[in-house]
Amino acid sequence: MAGPSLMDSLFQRSLEDLIKGIRLHSGAGAGESSTFISKCLDEIRREIKATDPQTKTTALQKLTYLHSLHGVDMSWAAFHSIELSSSTNFHSKRIAYLAASLSFNPSTEVILLLTHQLRKDLSSANPHEVSLALQTLSSICTPDLARDLTPELFTLLNSNKGFIKRKAIATVLKFFELYPDSVRVCFKRLVENLESSDPGVVSAVVGVFCELAVKEPRSYLPLAPEFYKILVDSRNNWVLIKVLKIFAKLAPLEPRLGKRVVEPICEHLKRTEAKSLAFECIRTILTALSQYEAALKLAVGKVREFLVEDDPNLKYLGLQALAIVGPKYLDAILENKEMVIKSLSDDDVNIKLEALKLVMAMVSEDNITEICRVLMNYAIKSDPDFCNEILGSILSTCSRNYYEMIIDFDWYVLLLGEMSRVPHCQKGQEIENQLVDIGMRVRDVRPELVRVGRDLLIDPALLGNPFIHRILAAAAWVSGEYVEFSKNPFELMEALLQPRTNLLPPSIRAIYIQSSFKVLAYSAYSYFFPDEVVAQSSHELAGSLHNVESSDYLSGAAVTDTDPDQSFNPRMPHESLRDNSVDKGKDIITDCENVPTASLKMDRYPQDSFAQMLNIVDMTFTPLLGCHEVEILDRVTNVLGLVELIRLEIRGCEIQKEVDNVREELKAAQVIRLMHNAFSEELGPVSLMAQERVPLPDGLELKENLSDIDEICGNFTITISSSFNLERPWSREKDAIILSEHQNKEVVEQSNDSTSVLTEHRKRHGLYYLPSEEKETVSSDYPPANDLSLPDKTNDQTDDLFKLTEQSLVPKKKPTAKPRPVVVKLDDGNSIHIVEKKPEMKEHLISDAVRDVLLGNDAAPSSSRTTKSDKLSSRVTRKDLLVSATEQDSTTLGRSDKNSRRNKHRSHGKEKSHKSSTKVAGDPEEKSKPKSSHSHGKHKSRQRANSAVNVAAQSPVIPDFLL
Amino acid sequence: MIKAVIVMNDQGKPRLVKFYTFQAVEKQQELIRSIYEVLRSRANNVSNFVKMDSLFGPDVRLVYKTFATLYFVFVFDGSENELAVLDLMQVFVGTLDKCFHNVCELDIVFNFNKVHTILDEIILGGQVLETNSSEVVRAVDEISK
Repeated sequence: MAGPSLMDSLFQRSLEDLIKGIRLHSGAGAGESSTFISKCLDEIRREIKATDPQTKTTALQKLTYLHSLHGVDMSWAAFHSIELSSSTNFHSKRIAYLAASLSFNPSTEVILLLTHQLRKDLSSANPHEVSLALQTLSSICTPDLARDLTPELFTLLNSNKGFIKRKAIATVLKFFELYPDSVRVCFKRLVENLESSDPGVVSAVVGVFCELAVKEPRSYLPLAPEFYKILVDSRNNWVLIKVLKIFAKLAPLEPRLGKRVVEPICEHLKRTEAKSLAFECIRTILTALSQYEAALKLAVGKVREFLVEDDPNLKYLGLQALAIVGPKYLDAILENKEMVIKSLSDDDVNIKLEALKLVMAMVSEDNITEICRVLMNYAIKSDPDFCNEILGSILSTCSRNYYEMIIDFDWYVLLLGEMSRVPHCQKGQEIENQLVDIGMRVRDVRPELVRVGRDLLIDPALLGNPFIHRILAAAAWVSGEYVEFSKNPFELMEALLQPRTNLLPPSIRAIYIQSSFKVLAYSAYSYFFPDEVVAQSSHELAGSLHNVESSDYLSGAAVTDTDPDQSFNPRMPHESLRDNSVDKGKDIITDCENVPTASLKMDRYPQDSFAQMLNIVDMTFTPLLGCHEVEILDRVTNVLGLVELIRLEIRGCEIQKEVDNVREELKAAQVIRLMHNAFSEELGPVSLMAQERVPLPDGLELKENLSDIDEICGNFTITISSSFNLERPWSREKDAIILSEHQNKEVVEQSNDSTSVLTEHRKRHGLYYLPSEEKETVSSDYPPANDLSLPDKTNDQTDDLFKLTEQSLVPKKKPTAKPRPVVVKLDDGNSIHIVEKKPEMKEHLISDAVRDVLLGNDAAPSSSRTTKSDKLSSRVTRKDLLVSATEQDSTTLGRSDKNSRRNKHRSHGKEKSHKSSTKVAGDPEEKSKPKSSHSHGKHKSRQRANSAVNVAAQSPVIPDFLL
Repeated sequence: MIKAVIVMNDQGKPRLVKFYTFQAVEKQQELIRSIYEVLRSRANNVSNFVKMDSLFGPDVRLVYKTFATLYFVFVFDGSENELAVLDLMQVFVGTLDKCFHNVCELDIVFNFNKVHTILDEIILGGQVLETNSSEVVRAVDEISK
C-alpha cells in the first residue's frame, strides 16, 4: 500500500481534528460536545461554499461524518454533494458520493440533478468510478433514476470486469423494485449470468433471485433447471444457501420439483462441514420438503446434533428448527423432549423462549395438567419477564378454541387463582377475561369459580398489587353474579367492603360496589323468602340435571351443604324483629319459640348477621356519597337505597306483627323479589352479531338522530375507560348464532364503557332519556334482544342440525374419568375468513414482466434458454432413474400445447386483478397435488399417465425441466 | 437482504452506521439506542441472535458479536442465513484487521471513509458481494491508490 497522497493527509487531518475535538469535549459532558458540534457546523457552512474544491471536500466529509454518527441534519447540503460528484479528483468524487448515499432520500429534490453525472460515471473508462456510481445508485435509487439509467445498467451487466458485473447485478434488484419495466430490458441478461464461470457473479445473481423469489416465487419456476444445476454442481456455501432458500419457496408450488431436489439437498446435508449450510438444508427440508420421510428423518437427526452442541447459537437454531417442524410432526419434538425441557432453565433468554414455545406445542388434553404444573414451578423461579412469558403462553394455550384442551375446569379455575398469586404476575387482564368468560360459558364450574373468587377477594395483601387489580375485578364480578353458590355471603360482603379496597382504582371499585349490591339483594331475598331460595336451588338443580348429571349434583350439593353451616343456622324470620329492634335501640323481646318449627329449616339467615351486614354496608358506603367518581357515586346510591328499603321492610314486618300475627308480603318485599329475579337472569356470552339481529323499531332513523351527536358530544372527548367491559372477552371471536340448549337466554349487555360515557353525559345535561343505569336492568328494558322466544327460534332453526349432532355426540363421547362440562360457544361454524394476502402492486408488475420475458423467450424457438434447459433436462433424465417412461410421455404431451397454454396464462396476468390471478394460479396446483402423490407408487401406469396429463392441462406453467 | 450494519462501542456510541433501506437520521439514532439497550442487557455466553420484530418489522433478525470494546451488529431478514451472516461478520472484522493491522476502536473512529469503502466492497445495496477478505483488501488498496 502506497503512502497517502498530500491531499489525502491534508484532508484526513481536518476530519481528524474534528473527531479529536469531539472526543475531547465528550469527556466534559454532553452539553459541551454539542456546543462544539454546532460550532463546527457553523464552520462547515462557511467552508462548504468555498470555491476551492479541497476545502469544500473536507467540509462535506466532516458534515457526512457528523450526519452519520451524530445525527446531524445535512439535507441542506445535498446540492453540494452533487456539485462535488462531478469533480475530476477521484477522492473528492468518492466523498461526494458517500455523502449522497448516506444522506439522500427519495424526497431529496435535487436528486435528479445527479442523473447526468451518474450516467457519465456509469459509462466511465475508470472501473472505480463505475463502481462508485453503482454503489451510490444502489443506495439512493429512485424510480426516475432507474428509468433513466436502465440502458447503462444493462450494458454493465455484460462488463468484462467481474467486480463491476457483480455490483451491477446487485443494483439491478433495486431497479426492478423501483421501475418494473427494467425487468423487460435486463432480465434475460441476468439469467444468462447464472451460467457465468465467475463464482462471484453467480453468487450475486442467485442472491438477486433469492430476493425476488421471496416476494413472488411462482414467476421463477421456469428457472428451476438453472437453480438445480447450481445446487448439484456448486461447492460454494454462500451460493448453496441462497439456492436452498429459492427452492424452499419453489418446491411447495410444484410437487415434482420437490421430488427432484430432495436428494441433492440430503447429499449436501450429509456431506457438509459448514453449520450454516447444514442448517439451511435442515430448514429447507423442514419447511418445504417435510413430506419426504427419509429426508425428514435425516433433518431431525441433524437437529438433535445441534441441540446437544455447547454453542448456544446452534442450540437456539436447533430449537427453532423443531418449532418449524413441530405442528406437523409432533414426534420430532417428543423425541427431543428432554433437551427441550432442560433448555427451559438455560441462561439464554432466546433459548428459553424457544423451548417454551416447543413445550406449549407438546400440550395435549392428557398432559396439560402435568405440563402446566411444571411450567408454574418454572414461572415462580424465573425472572419477571420470562415468568410472564410462561404465564402468557399457558393462558393462551389453555383458552385456545374455547378451552378445547381443558376437561377439568375446576382445576383450571384453581390454576388461574394460583397464577394470580405468582409474585411477578402481570397478566391481570388476560386472567380477568378468562375468569369472567369461563363463568359465563361453563355453568358447572361456577361453584368452584366462586370459591376461587372468594379466596382472592378475602386476601387483603392482594389489594396492594396493582397488577392484580383486574383479576380482583373479575373475582368480585364472579362472586356477585354467582352469589347463590357462595357458602357464606356474609363473609363475601365483608371481603368486598374491606377498608383496603380504597386502594383500587375507581373503575374496579365500582365493580366491587356493584357486586356487593348483588350480594345484598341475594341475601335480602333469601332472608325474606327462604322457601323460595330452597325451591329455586332445587329447581336449578333439576334444571341443570339436563346438562351433565354428576357435576351438577355436586353444585347442588354445595348449596344444600351450607344449611348446617353455623352462620346459616336455621332460624325463623320473626327473629329478625329482635335484631332489628336491637338495631334501633329498642328492647323488644320476641317469642321466637312460639313459631311453628316447620319453617325453621327454611331460613338460611340469622338475623344477627343480616342486620350486621346492613350496618356494615351502611357504614362503609355512606362516606362514599361524597365521592367525585360518578361510577362509584351511582352505585353507592343504589346500594344505600336498597338498604333503606330493606330496613323499611323489616320495620314493616314488626308493625304488622303487632297488629296481627299473619305475615304478609309488603310492597318492598316485592321490589326485592323483582330485583333478585333481575339479577338471577343468566348472563350469557354475547355474539358479535347480536346487535345486527335486533330488529330496527319502526320510525327509528338512526342516522338522522346520530347526526346531532357530534354537537352534543363535541365539548368533551371520550376517553377510553378502563372500567369492566363485559364485551371484551368475546370481541376477538367471530361469534354468530349458535346458543347451546341451556343457555339460550341471551342478554345483550350494554357495556360499561358506554354507560360511563352516558352517565357523564347525563350529569352534564341533566337528561334522562334512558330509564336505568344498572347494566343488568338495561338489558331487561331492551325487549328485542332480551326476548327469549324470538331470537331463540330464529337462531335455533338455523342451527338445529348442529345442535342435534352435538347432543347426540355428547353422551357417547363421555370419557372415563370425568365428563367435560358444556362450554357455551357461539357461532362455531363461522370461521374467520382469512383474506388472501395480495401481492404488492410492484411485485405484481415485476412478476408480470418476468413472465413476459421468460415465456417470450420460450416461445421463440431459437432462443438460447430453451435449448439450454432441454440440454439440462436430458442430462437430468439420464441421471435420474426414477423417472418412468410413462411420466416422460405424459409431460411431453403436456408440453405439446405448452405455447398456447402459456400465452393464455400471460393474458391472465395482464387482465385479471391480482387476487383472481393468484387464485387461478393457485387452484390447479391444489388439484394436482393429491393426484401426483397418487401416482407415486404401485398404481397402474395408465393411471399415472392420465393424472400427469391432467396436471399438464390444469396448471398454467409447467417448467419443462422435468423431462 | 441485509438491512443494516452498525458498529458501536460498549457505551452505545455509534462508530459505523449503514442502513440499506432509507431511515431518517432521527430514526437511525433511535434504532441504535434501542439496539444498544437490548445488547447491553444480554449476558456474555449467550446466543448471538436477537429477534427484532418490534423495531424492524416481522422476520427481521439481528446478529451481534462483541470484539473488545465494540459491538458489531448486522440486521437482516429471512433471505439470509443466520450462521452465514455470523461468518460474514467475521469476514468484515478480518478485513478491518488486515487493513489496519490489528484493528482497534480508534482505527474505526478515525478512518470513517475507509471503513465505508471496505463495507461497500463486501455489501452493496443489502446484497453480499464478496466474502473473501483478501479480495476485499486488494480492492480497497486499489481504490486508495
